[in-house]
Amino acid sequence: MNVLIDKFDVFAGGFWLTLQICILAAIGALVLGAIVAVLRISPVPPLRALGTGYVNVFRNMPLTVVMFFAAFGLPALGSNADFLRIPVLDSLFTRLGTDLPYFRFALIALVLYTAAFVCEALRSGVNAVPAGQAEAARSLGLTFGQNLRYVVLPQSWKASIVPLGSVIIAMIKNSALVGFFGVVGDLSQSADQLTSAEGYAFVPVALGISIGYLIMTVPLGTLLDRIEKRQAVAR
Amino acid sequence: MSQQTSVLYDVPGPRQRRITLISSVVAGLVLLVGAYFLIYRPLDEKGQLSMELWGPLVDPSNENFSLVWERIGLGFKNTLIAAAMAIVASLVVGTLLAVLRIQLKSLSQRTFTGLATPLAYLLRGLSWLLSAVTRVCVEVFRGLPVVLTIFFVARGFPEFGVYLDNLWYLVIGLTVYNSVVIGEILRSGMEGLPGGQAEAASAIGLSPAQTTRMILLPQAFRIMLPALISQLVVVLKDTSLGFIISYEETLNIGKQIIGALENPIQVYVVIAVLFIVVNYSLSKLAQYVQRRLARGRKTANTPAQNPPPAALMSQAEGGAGTGF
Repeated sequence: MNVLIDKFDVFAGGFWLTLQICILAAIGALVLGAIVAVLRISPVPPLRALGTGYVNVFRNMPLTVVMFFAAFGLPALGSNADFLRIPVLDSLFTRLGTDLPYFRFALIALVLYTAAFVCEALRSGVNAVPAGQAEAARSLGLTFGQNLRYVVLPQSWKASIVPLGSVIIAMIKNSALVGFFGVVGDLSQSADQLTSAEGYAFVPVALGISIGYLIMTVPLGTLLDRIEKRQAVAR
Repeated sequence: MSQQTSVLYDVPGPRQRRITLISSVVAGLVLLVGAYFLIYRPLDEKGQLSMELWGPLVDPSNENFSLVWERIGLGFKNTLIAAAMAIVASLVVGTLLAVLRIQLKSLSQRTFTGLATPLAYLLRGLSWLLSAVTRVCVEVFRGLPVVLTIFFVARGFPEFGVYLDNLWYLVIGLTVYNSVVIGEILRSGMEGLPGGQAEAASAIGLSPAQTTRMILLPQAFRIMLPALISQLVVVLKDTSLGFIISYEETLNIGKQIIGALENPIQVYVVIAVLFIVVNYSLSKLAQYVQRRLARGRKTANTPAQNPPPAALMSQAEGGAGTGF
């Protein structure tokens, strides 16, 4: 069990790095997912097709493939994803600005993949608003934009929270994959490093790593359960 | 889809149709130009569209064509085998888990009248404890990334002197996660059933085990079928994680091909298309089943059932997976 104490800084560092990826990817995925969701419900057919295509492609593809694309495809195109070296952010999240591009690649893959699910979560929220609401808004003469802004979206947030939350939980779990794609020092890569290269006993390391992930996922899951129960009563 | 969007705006009149047409054309042009400059041009400049790189994958007369596709076929077969084994195992374990949790929950609420008081308390405490333990197990395994369960199984089993094929590590790792998810799907399906079902069953003299087996489980399976099929998609996607324990599935084979031919983008495009085709058909199947079930329920005129919790449904869809 000594490894948990001796290498506490490795576990803590891994946890912090995983948390960084999750925060950045969650922000990116929420923004991109919202854009795709708007595309998917827009009245212009080509944009709708683009949104639908995006969701179908990324939802049906393993994240592993997306990661491979980002980690091997982007370098083949000569890109180091330098556009992610955002001035203020990279002083806060130092990995964004490093010369090794794998953190940025992993981030891109995670955002692209999760955005498809975010889009579906948002859309399921819009679908959950009773049709009569939108119809009433239309008969008042509101346009598409006004209809969304004043009537549908304010109500759909509520129904979107729980699906969005489970998408974020799934994303946190998916972020474990980045350790196998060249990101050094996150929780899952630390597991590999400690057990194989540094030869620590397997069980305590596995325990420590698991706790790291459970700290993030279980409270969020419990919170969602509670919100869901409360909503069920309110409805 | 068309029905859903039409709720948000009126059936377009002539002017609106004109506006839509014009904006469609403009948006289409913008998309095409964007695709040309952002996708086609960079690919072309780097020579990624050359026949040298694509040839082995799309040109039957290429010397490597049959070999490459033989390997990809083998990899895809391995992917399907692992996915099939994992889904069957998860279904079995998940069903057992769901039944166990339901039984334990009802046991822990029983008062055991007719037994000596200390014994009754002991039994009650024991079933409460077991129920808590299963609950914690479910929470833990649901909260762990699938990558890690696979990794832990592959690293941990040899540690305890259990040596298996890579296939088994992958299947066990996937099963640990997915059986818990499927168990929760089924459990919420059973708990969502109207209370009258179980009451009627015990009224005609069925034992609790019979009630679960003959009344609750079949209905739960039926309601949860779409979610279960979506979970199948998740499992299929998650088998691609086999590459971390060097199981020879599609992606691993892809890596070998790339090692020989040095065409990563092309190989990954082909593999992505394979996955998308299979998974898209599966999710269409799930939608079809859902629509049929909805129709069947309406005509059968059964009382409105509680829909499964959204968190579970969307987790099954995304899972992300889960997992994905």
